[in-house]
Amino acid sequence: MKQQYDVIIIGSGVVGSAIARELTRYEFKIGVLEKELDVVCETSGRNSGVIHAGFNNKPGSLMAKFCVEGCLGFDKVAKELDIPFKRIGKLVTGFTDEDMEILKKLKEQGDKNGVPGLRIISEEEIKKIDPNVAGKVALYSPMTGIVNPFIYTIALAENAYQNGAVFFFGREVVAIQRKEECYEVTTKNNEKYYAKWLINSAGLNSDQIARMVGITDYTIYPCRGEYFILDQKASAYLKVPAYPVPNKKEGGLGVHLTPTIDGNVLIGPSAEYLDEKDNYAATKEVMDKLVAEGTKILPQIKREHFIRNFSGIRPKLVEKETGGYADFVIEQREEIPNMINLIGIESPGLTSAVPIARYVVEKMKQKEELKENQNFNPIRKGILNFTEQTDERKAELIKENPNYGEIICRCESITKQEILEAIHNPLGVETVTGVKNRTRAMMGRCQGGYCQTRIAELIIQEKQKKVEEVIYSRQQGKMFVGGVR
Amino acid sequence: MNIIKKDAVILGGGPAGLAAALKLKEKGIDNIIILEREKKTGGILRQCIHDGFGIVRFKEALSGPEYADRFVQEVQRQNIEVQTEATVIGLTNDKIVTAATKEGLKKYQAKVVILTMGCRERTRGAISIPGTRPAGVYTAGVAQSYINLKNIMIGKKVVILGSGDIGLIMARRLTLEGAEVLAVIEKQPYPSGLPRNIEQCLNDYNIPLYLSHTVTNIQGKERLESVTVSKVDEKGQAIEGTEKEYNCDTLILSVGLIPENELSLQAGVELHPRTKGPIVDENLQTNVEGIYAAGNVLHVHDLVDFVSIEGEKLAESAAKYIKGEKGYESIIPVTTDHTINNVVPQKISGEQDVEISLRVSKPSKDGQIIMQQGNKVIMMKKFKKLNPAEMIHIKLKKEEIQSKEEIKVVVG
Ligand SMILES: Cc1cc2nc3c(=O)[nH]c(=O)nc-3n(C[C@H](O)[C@H](O)[C@H](O)COP(=O)(O)OP(=O)(O)OC[C@H]3O[C@@H](n4cnc5c(N)ncnc54)[C@H](O)[C@@H]3O)c2cc1C
Ligand SMILES: Cc1cc2nc3c(=O)[nH]c(=O)nc-3n(C[C@H](O)[C@H](O)[C@H](O)COP(=O)(O)OP(=O)(O)OC[C@H]3O[C@@H](n4cnc5c(N)ncnc54)[C@H](O)[C@@H]3O)c2cc1C
Repeated sequence: MKQQYDVIIIGSGVVGSAIARELTRYEFKIGVLEKELDVVCETSGRNSGVIHAGFNNKPGSLMAKFCVEGCLGFDKVAKELDIPFKRIGKLVTGFTDEDMEILKKLKEQGDKNGVPGLRIISEEEIKKIDPNVAGKVALYSPMTGIVNPFIYTIALAENAYQNGAVFFFGREVVAIQRKEECYEVTTKNNEKYYAKWLINSAGLNSDQIARMVGITDYTIYPCRGEYFILDQKASAYLKVPAYPVPNKKEGGLGVHLTPTIDGNVLIGPSAEYLDEKDNYAATKEVMDKLVAEGTKILPQIKREHFIRNFSGIRPKLVEKETGGYADFVIEQREEIPNMINLIGIESPGLTSAVPIARYVVEKMKQKEELKENQNFNPIRKGILNFTEQTDERKAELIKENPNYGEIICRCESITKQEILEAIHNPLGVETVTGVKNRTRAMMGRCQGGYCQTRIAELIIQEKQKKVEEVIYSRQQGKMFVGGVR
Repeated sequence: MNIIKKDAVILGGGPAGLAAALKLKEKGIDNIIILEREKKTGGILRQCIHDGFGIVRFKEALSGPEYADRFVQEVQRQNIEVQTEATVIGLTNDKIVTAATKEGLKKYQAKVVILTMGCRERTRGAISIPGTRPAGVYTAGVAQSYINLKNIMIGKKVVILGSGDIGLIMARRLTLEGAEVLAVIEKQPYPSGLPRNIEQCLNDYNIPLYLSHTVTNIQGKERLESVTVSKVDEKGQAIEGTEKEYNCDTLILSVGLIPENELSLQAGVELHPRTKGPIVDENLQTNVEGIYAAGNVLHVHDLVDFVSIEGEKLAESAAKYIKGEKGYESIIPVTTDHTINNVVPQKISGEQDVEISLRVSKPSKDGQIIMQQGNKVIMMKKFKKLNPAEMIHIKLKKEEIQSKEEIKVVVG
């Protein structure tokens, strides 16, 4: 099979998806190769979902520039893509004089980066913003926001798809060869793809992809962060993300509590360097630590609030011994023409994705003239959330479509119509987790105890699958072995 | 929106809801409706195809669907209104019930709301097992539903965590379906399921049960590859060096049920921290006047027979309330100490005989349940065996109650 493209994007996390969307503004034939079965299996689906304001990053760095741009521009992106986004603000709290000095420096840094509205506030003001957050002094950032990172990444990819980009899932890139004027990209299932331009947005594997074309300067150091997810009931105790004063060495923002846009609370993440890039295990030590620190910050949290845990891995360019952050690498080398490498896109990569994508386009513009796509449409419609509607609207919806009258996920009140729309999503993802990430079904307190069987059944029915073919999340992750005897 | 007036709206058509409906009807209350989200009534019993139901009530060992069917048919014969595929999504303290159905959103104004929504299962997240998140980890009820209701087989080599009844029954069911059940792992030093299920589901099939053990890690990226099992000490902490690895493709969790009370909370119903069900008086009325609860939504039962009986008892009081008869006020708190896991009801009037249901927290031999007011023992009952898996029902006679002082129930 021979597939010819103008641009091939390797990896469709939030960065690859944003690039795909940005590129569909021009007349390009775009192919996206993704090793997993969906766009949010790796880092982009495993983070805090915070749209950072940009005060944590060094002035002058790409990180600072893109983070601030990404944050300021997020309302527009969220509106175009029809995704929920809230600027709820954020507190970084401290107790000592030393903390105070660090907070002042952070504010200064933020001011330099162009972050609007940063203020150092007193204990009294902290209590006004969130009575449950402890601290003698805090840096308050009103611009900080929260999103659902699954929905955001999916929305970017769907909009790219609507505008002509083609997504190939289950295609792991294993070799790249430079042929004259084009690259030949080979995937694990032995397909070949050809393109003039190549974009390496392979996240944790971006160093390996770079090595395939002879760039050996980069090593990604995987650094795992584990989280606990709390039941929506716990959200009553926390209004805004509350972070401790950052610890330079750790290279994370420290264990903190973050409300999610869907009404849960996250505790975490931890920071732990690993040897493997795909070890998403949760460990007893860290779980215990998160419980201890989380309940220290919010004593109201109880054991019964813990409904799930997960982990994400930061693609770091700095080793454990060095600590802290290295700036994003986004480069194009003369000796490897028409290939853009994005390496070390760790936090705030979610916030920065769209500005990063624009920067990539600028780099391409330096090499060739891009023709605008007259038909580009930035608007994408998400799946309508039934529970959020008024009773009158709910009644109307059911009248128009009886599938809204059937609740499939009881904890999150997700209807059959929403599940059907998720199963028939534009990207063609068929996994049970794919439905979950698009609708929130199975994310509630019963974790699919009620709805998982129904969702699996609907996938079988709608996609005319054999039971043995139903996949939970990853490629060989089959849910069933067949029928009963 | 059109609001339909009802004497009683019953949330959930499991055994508790069905029994309550029949009793209400018998007491002359006609204007009632059962709202059930499934295609059929019968509740969790529909997926319990093993036998052992009805021994107390019918003196017969029926399968779950057979037991449920006796009630389902009677409800039909009595022309009691049942709306299936109707999920209740809203409940207020003035007893307005909102349900989503395919025909539209329906609203009811009830004189009495009857909570019989059953339970949900405790999950992996709730007990925080470390490790990866591959396919192949199922709760016992989900596994049962796949196998018994959808005829889908979930795995070949299985480890079961938790010796709850559903897990034990699934050990047998999976074996009969050709899977290999390597072991049942229980954290407590005693099984949490009924003795008859240990006998009939494990011993009869040579499935080993490891008490004082737990699963300490889960391995596998795509589908489950193995689990690590460790011994635990008296505090339930894993003992280092005792790890054993089981290669398996499936882990079944049977680690407990939690009453499903999200709707109750919406209406301001107070829950008990131990039972996780509503706090009720001897009429099974919650703190919200006119809202009653019975069955697994109130506290987790071992035998369905008692669920039906509880549903009927509830209906007797609810019928009186609908007719405007004023009952006694329940002002005597019923409390426990650490020897008892939970007790229902949590308050009584002292003006009539009551039945107290409870579960002990530890197994013991030749124990006794004691009820006392102050220093005075008002009731004592001896048991050859006390087992947390079995719910105990004790009648407390009106004459035995000494005063309006708190009644404390303990194992002596
Ligand atoms: C714990 C944690 C918390 C974070 N919190 C935040 C936050 O609150 N706010 C924020 O802005 N940022 C946050 N981040 C950072 C953010 O999540 C990342 O910067 C961002 O998701 C990176 O996106 P990506 O597309 O580069 O990577 P990914 O999402 O990892 O995408 C890369 C894709 O490439 C695919 N791929 C890899 N190798 C190949 C191959 N050989 N062939 C084909 N496909 C391949 C992968 O499967 C993957 O889908 C956090 C990160 C972590 C780990
Ligand atoms: C696996 C298993 C094995 C068992 N084995 C035995 C046995 O051998 N012998 C025995 O005697 N007992 C056994 N039991 C116990 C017995 O079956 C239960 O105690 C009993 O079914 C509980 O009845 P219930 O009516 O309270 O709840 P359920 O049976 O759970 O019924 C609740 C009903 O409410 C509905 N509902 C919930 N929420 C809503 C809503 N929002 N809107 C509309 N409808 C709603 C549900 O769909 C369900 O139909 C077993 C239980 C299980 C789970």
